[in-house]
Amino acid sequence: MTSIEVRNAYVDFPIFDAKSRSLKKKVLGKVGGRIGTESKVPVIEALHDITLSVRSGDRVGLVGHNGAGKSTLLRLLSGIYEPTRGTALIDGRVAPVFDLGVGMDQEISGYENIMVRGLYLGMTRKQMEKRVDDIAEFTELGDYLSMPLRTYSTGMRVRLALGVVTSIDPEILLLDEGIGAVDARFLNKARDRLVDLVKRSGLLVFASHQDDLLLELCTSAVWMDEGRMKMHGSLREVLKAYKGKDPYENISPQTAARLGVEKPVSASKGGE
Amino acid sequence: MHATSTVPAAGESVAAEKPVPDRRSWNRAFADIRDGVTQRELWSHLGWQDIKQRYRRSVLGPLWITMSMGVTALGLGLLYSQLFGAPIGTFLPYITTGFIVWQFILGNLTEGTDTFIRNEGLIKHLPAPLSVYVLRTLWRQSIMFAHNMIIYVIVLAVFWGSLTKSGYVLTDNGVPQPGLGWSALLAIPGFLLLAVNAGWVILLFGIVSTRFRDIPQVITSLINLMFFMTPIVWTTDILQNRFGESAGWRDLVVELNPLYHLLQLVRAPLIGNEQSWHHWVISAGIALVGWILALVVMRNYRSRVSYWV
Repeated sequence: MTSIEVRNAYVDFPIFDAKSRSLKKKVLGKVGGRIGTESKVPVIEALHDITLSVRSGDRVGLVGHNGAGKSTLLRLLSGIYEPTRGTALIDGRVAPVFDLGVGMDQEISGYENIMVRGLYLGMTRKQMEKRVDDIAEFTELGDYLSMPLRTYSTGMRVRLALGVVTSIDPEILLLDEGIGAVDARFLNKARDRLVDLVKRSGLLVFASHQDDLLLELCTSAVWMDEGRMKMHGSLREVLKAYKGKDPYENISPQTAARLGVEKPVSASKGGE
Repeated sequence: MHATSTVPAAGESVAAEKPVPDRRSWNRAFADIRDGVTQRELWSHLGWQDIKQRYRRSVLGPLWITMSMGVTALGLGLLYSQLFGAPIGTFLPYITTGFIVWQFILGNLTEGTDTFIRNEGLIKHLPAPLSVYVLRTLWRQSIMFAHNMIIYVIVLAVFWGSLTKSGYVLTDNGVPQPGLGWSALLAIPGFLLLAVNAGWVILLFGIVSTRFRDIPQVITSLINLMFFMTPIVWTTDILQNRFGESAGWRDLVVELNPLYHLLQLVRAPLIGNEQSWHHWVISAGIALVGWILALVVMRNYRSRVSYWV
């Protein structure tokens, strides 16, 4: 069964080029992980004692300010970083969408890029050819697919990347912020597809600063702070604690109905 | 319905007792290589893409590889055949083939050290076996080698007469060579053994260079010296002629140079030179020792590469 089991995992980055002396004055700020100084090579403790278990069907949001370790955690979950201490067991086919520029060739066409991205995700050319039509339809890029990628807007790139990862039936979908660049209509479509995908076989972890996206895609959430898991619970609880207000306060009744939540009736906004 | 929190309490054992994978295990090192090899479509595509990208928008495209090799071979061949008073009909092909094989060795050495550093973006963004990047580099170099072989074919066509004559000598009083024949096909297994060696070089040097960024500099600064120390623009005949039986340690300059043996694997059959079996033995030995070293490093530091890039 698809699952990710992380137990007491640490991710420490050695910083080889920095002078250890200057770093010994502990650089501890609001931004970034802790910088340890025990060993000779200065180390940035990007993730500290993470224990997390994500199961099939889970849709987890990652929140936290810049440098809190969201992206690092996503990479730990994808297997790119193996924990320096502790363990991370990843069971299932991973499809990450992190940086949209990486692994994409600006000069070749959208079609070719679909192929290449598919190859990266462990598909064969033949398997991808079968999916191309489906991707073309989903992304609505049409004739643009035969244009070189450099003519694409950011939103179009996101569409392409999402089209590919959702077409290959991945079991573990990891999305970093950045997919917010698409328009609302497409986002709705993508949401349905992603939710459907998670229902079928997989799990989703999504890092974002946009509440509305998190509300659309996730059910539970993890709050990262200075490389630690500060909180883990239902999305609503976590967002409430993180933002200091109920995330459902400002959403429209339609959205609330679609998401299947009861809009909180607060004294100030109750009359809406 | 919200998914309930799945953070396990401290005492609660949620994870089924699966064997915990060790970061440093032979299994995972071999699995990496196995998975890498099976993703043939990916690395062969990437290798090609590298070449296409480099020559994009140029009129000749990848044929520039061939062109520059042709010009270099012609220049070197003309100059050195005159310097050593060697017959151009055999000496020019000798230098050309030597230089083509050298380019392959050079490319794997210098770009091998760069393999993971150059792929930093991909390594940090997509979980893929490390060996994919090794094979990408090796494939790119092989494609360039194939482009350079066009020059070999041309040279062969031009100097066919001199090369097929049995008993030709490269330089005056040199060892008589058997001349080109079917034994030229030995160059194919020769190239394969050379590529096997290139594989461990890229893997080992790639990982070590990612951690110690001075290694690529060391290689670059030594490689020019190695070019002149290896019999590419000169021949072992010259060494023998000059010193005869008393060559002694001077002989070792050649025999102790691993690049010479690797070079001879491919060059000797291609121009109908006599090929001593000891080149095969030594090259196979280097491959064996090199791969063991590379695998040990792979086992111990595979998981660290993404941290180091």
